[in-house]
Amino acid sequence: MNRIKQLFREKKNILSIYYTAGYPNTGDTIQIAEALQKSGADILEIGFPYSDPVADGPVIQASSKQSLDQGMTLKLLFEQLKELRKNVTIPVLLMGYVNPVLQFGVEKFCEACAEVGVDGCIVPDLPMVEYEEFYKDCFEKHNLANVFLITPQTAEERIRKIDGLTNGFIYLLSSSATTGKNLEVGNTTEAYFSRIKGMDLKNPTMIGFGISDKQTFDKACSYANGAIIGTAFVKAISEGNLEENISNFMKKFKD
Amino acid sequence: MKYKVNEKGYYGDFGGAYIPEMLYPNVEELRQNYLKIIADPDFQKEFHQLLKDYVGRPSPLYLAKRYSERYGVNIFLKREDLNHTGAHKINNTIGQILLAEKLGKKRIIAETGAGQHGVATATVCALRNLECVIYMGEVDIERQAPNVARMKMLGAKVVPASSGSKTLKDATNEAMRDWINNPVDTHYIIGSVVGPHPYPDMVAIFQSIISEETKKQLLAQTGNDQPDYVLACVGGGSNAMGMFYHFMDDENVKLIAVEAAGKGVSSGFSAATTYLGNEGVLHGSRSILMQTPDGQVVEPHSVSAGLDYPGIGPQHAHLFKTGRGQYVSITDEESLEAGLLCTKLEGIIPAIESAHALAYLEKMQFKGGENVVVCLSGRGDKDLDTYIKYFNL
Repeated sequence: MNRIKQLFREKKNILSIYYTAGYPNTGDTIQIAEALQKSGADILEIGFPYSDPVADGPVIQASSKQSLDQGMTLKLLFEQLKELRKNVTIPVLLMGYVNPVLQFGVEKFCEACAEVGVDGCIVPDLPMVEYEEFYKDCFEKHNLANVFLITPQTAEERIRKIDGLTNGFIYLLSSSATTGKNLEVGNTTEAYFSRIKGMDLKNPTMIGFGISDKQTFDKACSYANGAIIGTAFVKAISEGNLEENISNFMKKFKD
Repeated sequence: MKYKVNEKGYYGDFGGAYIPEMLYPNVEELRQNYLKIIADPDFQKEFHQLLKDYVGRPSPLYLAKRYSERYGVNIFLKREDLNHTGAHKINNTIGQILLAEKLGKKRIIAETGAGQHGVATATVCALRNLECVIYMGEVDIERQAPNVARMKMLGAKVVPASSGSKTLKDATNEAMRDWINNPVDTHYIIGSVVGPHPYPDMVAIFQSIISEETKKQLLAQTGNDQPDYVLACVGGGSNAMGMFYHFMDDENVKLIAVEAAGKGVSSGFSAATTYLGNEGVLHGSRSILMQTPDGQVVEPHSVSAGLDYPGIGPQHAHLFKTGRGQYVSITDEESLEAGLLCTKLEGIIPAIESAHALAYLEKMQFKGGENVVVCLSGRGDKDLDTYIKYFNL
């Protein structure tokens, strides 16, 4: 059984952390992964940077730019990730935009993911129809989960289709917004989360975008299997001692 | 119809809608409605009325005598520079603002490079009393100050894009972000034949008025609605697509698209996309773009802000790959010299974008007597500073 499925079977209130590979320094990728696991993260989402990240806000864009300027590439990332499974046992996903994957080669990308022990991918600008037609077989051959995003505007029929296509989890955007906005659970958001919860989907759900502290995390967990933190974490490790920053940041989400 | 979009939103290998889920409802709403709305007789009536009375169409097809003598052929200039706001861009913004109204949108956003599309958008927003926000690269804001002032006078809010190269590509990213954050009440007027399907098709349809008129005018002036050559400059490629549209299926009409070589195709400062680029995804569609082996988008360069873009529209990529269109490039210097030549020969100061198309005439081998149409996509008023500096005027 794959690591993602097993985790959701065994655990509630799952905390997934996003970080940009090669940020703050090119060589930090594995160190961050290990430190996050040690301080209690349940899933890692490692972002491979892209020059034009339209779905992201200024914080993640800036981290992507810095990482690229310092020389990060997808090829280098896969080199670094050869060390991933020495100590990291929790599920790991790669997150990034479709163009670097296309240039790397879809087949080669899937093979490389499988080789280094990556469990799945999140590619926000890869549309469902294209995934189904050109990518799905390759992903499944290498046991890679493809995680789709849904928003408050996503129609029920489309959510059902996504639920049928994926085998990891479904990424619930708390609002139709680029990354880095705060979670404000008003009546409409609550209705949306409740609606999704009531759909009884086969895949677990994770709430992403806008989670920055224990309070928002707990709120998210009351509607979904867990939550994803990205911008707040990237901000927290921008300067200073990496290990200390990570440990301090993660303490905020523990009881 | 072999060069038009198919039902999946593709032109051969190119096109599609590579967009994050946050944009899906907006783009899908547009996809489901655009053809229906455009085909509606009321829409057509209002669109053509505005093109006639407000834009000043049809734009003349002018037989440029001294140009013709120089090359021993008949050079026709399609005078999009005479449109209201000074370029072809307004054809598209008129179409899209009417469409936005039909969709019930209250707020308009757009990206702009040279400022021509921004001005054209701000203009129709003033005309229809809609809120308008224009994203423009910081570098472009500096080099196109008069257009920034125009947009402000027209009531638009001009927001600087300060990421990346601070030019058109980055303005486009910022506009897409705005749309993600305002999914319900906002329509994004993309200014070129780029972006996710249905934008490339929709913009091409609105710009196709250029070749529709050209055909009629050629028939009236020469007795033949098919010229030997059609030339246009290509950044994203909207004036070229409008100029090519009704000639695409006339296989004996040679289509020549002129890209910006910048300081030279091998200089590292260029925007010659088909020469330097390869296939990939940019701004929501699969096309040809300038990129690193790692798939990062390369910063383009051109003296002309309107051609300073690292990609081309997917339909252009298709015309290029199938060989239907010939894609060539012209340097900064060649374009500026051609701009001066046009001014001296015909008394027309062209936009530096359009001067790229004119510059290629110097490189063509003619038999003599051919009919050649060049799209003069815009006027050069906005480029006076650049001309002044280059020629020490």
